[in-house]
Amino acid sequence: MTKPIDSVSSWPLRDRVAFYAAWAAGIALIVIAGAIVVYMAFRGAQYFDFGLLLESPSSSLNQAQSGGFKDPIIGTALLLVMSTAIAAPLGVVIAVWLTEYGRPTGLARAVESAVEVVAGTPSIVLAMFGLILFQEWFGFLTFDAEGAVLGRSFIAAASMMSLIALPLVVGATREALNSIPGHVREASYALGKTKAATIRRVLLPAARPGIGTGTALGMGRVAGDTAIVVVLLGATLQIQNGADGSVFGLFRGTGSTLTSYVYYNSPAGEGLAPEKAYFAAFVLLLVVIVLNFVVTRIARGKEELWTR
Amino acid sequence: MPGEGIAARLPGRRPRQPGPASAGAPGGTGFWTDARVELLLGAVACFVLLIILGMIGFVFSKALPSFTHNGLAWFGSGGDLDLQLEDIFSSPSNPADYVYSLRAWPLLWGTFVVTAGAVAIGLVFALFSAIFIVEFAPRQVNRVLEPVVRLLAAVPSVIYGLIGILVIVPWVGEHLISLDRKESVANLVQLDGASIGVGILILTVMIVPIMIAIVVDALRAVPRGWIEGASALGANRWRVTWTIAVRTARPAIVAAAVLATARALGEAIMLSMVAGSASFAPNPIDGITFIFEPTRPLASALVENVEGLSVVPFGQTLFAFAAVLLVSSMFLSLAGFVAKQSMRKYGIRP
Repeated sequence: MTKPIDSVSSWPLRDRVAFYAAWAAGIALIVIAGAIVVYMAFRGAQYFDFGLLLESPSSSLNQAQSGGFKDPIIGTALLLVMSTAIAAPLGVVIAVWLTEYGRPTGLARAVESAVEVVAGTPSIVLAMFGLILFQEWFGFLTFDAEGAVLGRSFIAAASMMSLIALPLVVGATREALNSIPGHVREASYALGKTKAATIRRVLLPAARPGIGTGTALGMGRVAGDTAIVVVLLGATLQIQNGADGSVFGLFRGTGSTLTSYVYYNSPAGEGLAPEKAYFAAFVLLLVVIVLNFVVTRIARGKEELWTR
Repeated sequence: MPGEGIAARLPGRRPRQPGPASAGAPGGTGFWTDARVELLLGAVACFVLLIILGMIGFVFSKALPSFTHNGLAWFGSGGDLDLQLEDIFSSPSNPADYVYSLRAWPLLWGTFVVTAGAVAIGLVFALFSAIFIVEFAPRQVNRVLEPVVRLLAAVPSVIYGLIGILVIVPWVGEHLISLDRKESVANLVQLDGASIGVGILILTVMIVPIMIAIVVDALRAVPRGWIEGASALGANRWRVTWTIAVRTARPAIVAAAVLATARALGEAIMLSMVAGSASFAPNPIDGITFIFEPTRPLASALVENVEGLSVVPFGQTLFAFAAVLLVSSMFLSLAGFVAKQSMRKYGIRP
């Protein structure tokens, strides 16, 4: 027993009020989350239409003919894969460099602060930076509308999205590397391994759960971001191939994701198809819940590998 | 940490710096010697650093004309912001005739009101929730609460926005705003439910999980002995928590507030959906009506106008908005980082 036996009714009134306020806050959280999930599930079930998942959106004023959201689902998946492919390796490398090398110290502090800064930067600012960057310098990587460079493509969106995911990967990987005790490294050195080999063969495998957690958190953020998609992937709901129909053309093309689909079909995006927005939002929520579940599972798996 | 360990404890041996065996070790790893790996990893880190520095410099250089043309009046109020933006958008194509005149106060004020409101309410809520999770919640409740907090943090802002615009805004417009109230400000602004109040409400739900996560970590890191010591002196559980744990965790509470503020500032999509997106500076002396008045924060203004980015003076004006956001969020991120570090003086790593 770490806590003494202590009955709430004997406390002064002020403490009792605060105690019940704490309970109320905790219960309110559960109620809010429950309300959101139940409401979205209810709406999702109400407007459930399996056909929508397999149908491309089409431009029509008549809602019954404006198609489903196959393209946004593909867009979300593509964006997740691409931005993770950029963010995960970069993040792991930065985290390894910061924890295992970190010299010169000034440079390491600068990199650390830069990652902190980018974690706090509004995604719309990143999106605007990306738009100009890809318009002016990397136009060949973006969608080409008859000579007019719009600065929009999956590549542009994914590279800016990766900046959102990066701090999460760096943070989780650093935490994992820091929690590996020094004697593990020393044992590896004692066996004649170089530092590089130690990182590759000992530290990275041990940090894998941390890397996984960070990546999954980053993917959740990427799946949920709207501002970058609206700005950098364009206002077209269909996926448009950027060049000749090849995979590279797809990367150069524009499209949509579930987030931008919801946004454009809500009253704010003047789409006025709330039922489709609800169903798409429900699918999006499912994606996020699955990613969340993955994080939980990974986090549970990593419990105290070394301290037994 | 490497550098202290078994090597130092072995009897009869000189403690040797346990370095990697690379120094002159031939072969084994082939091309990837330590020096090369360090160089490569460092180069990648520097590359990312350069991109981020480039972004900051770039945003500021783009923003400069708008600031230099307006001076400090940029931050002031005056005129109709929508008309000013329209003039900037339709300014002549000759660079010498670009129009930059802008008074951004309604946007700044809207950003401030919504952010401050959400952070103030959210901080109290998050503090009590965190105390509940760490100190009072039965284990079964915690087993539900932890995924709940993670889920609330992960729900995309567009879903919050959708629920806001389709459920909460119409409800507020119909049931909470009386006709008299609508008429009282009808000459200024239309009250249809999309308002500061709804914006603050949803934004609070969005930032509370961030704050809870930070505060819970800090409260859990408070040494058990301190809590037990206070309990042994006869203080009740609430007093112990409030005077020992919460006080120790103060730097983390500051960090939580600061980081949540950064997140709230950047929230664009949800607020542009529910806060009414009118360039209107709501007036606190309107009393209760104040929270029903619409506004438009900076980030939402960016999302809604981003189509015009290619018009040079308009784009530069938008980058000026972005620069204001970037400066605030940079400052807040670094402040949060520093605040989190300061718990180390107790020997605690939150």
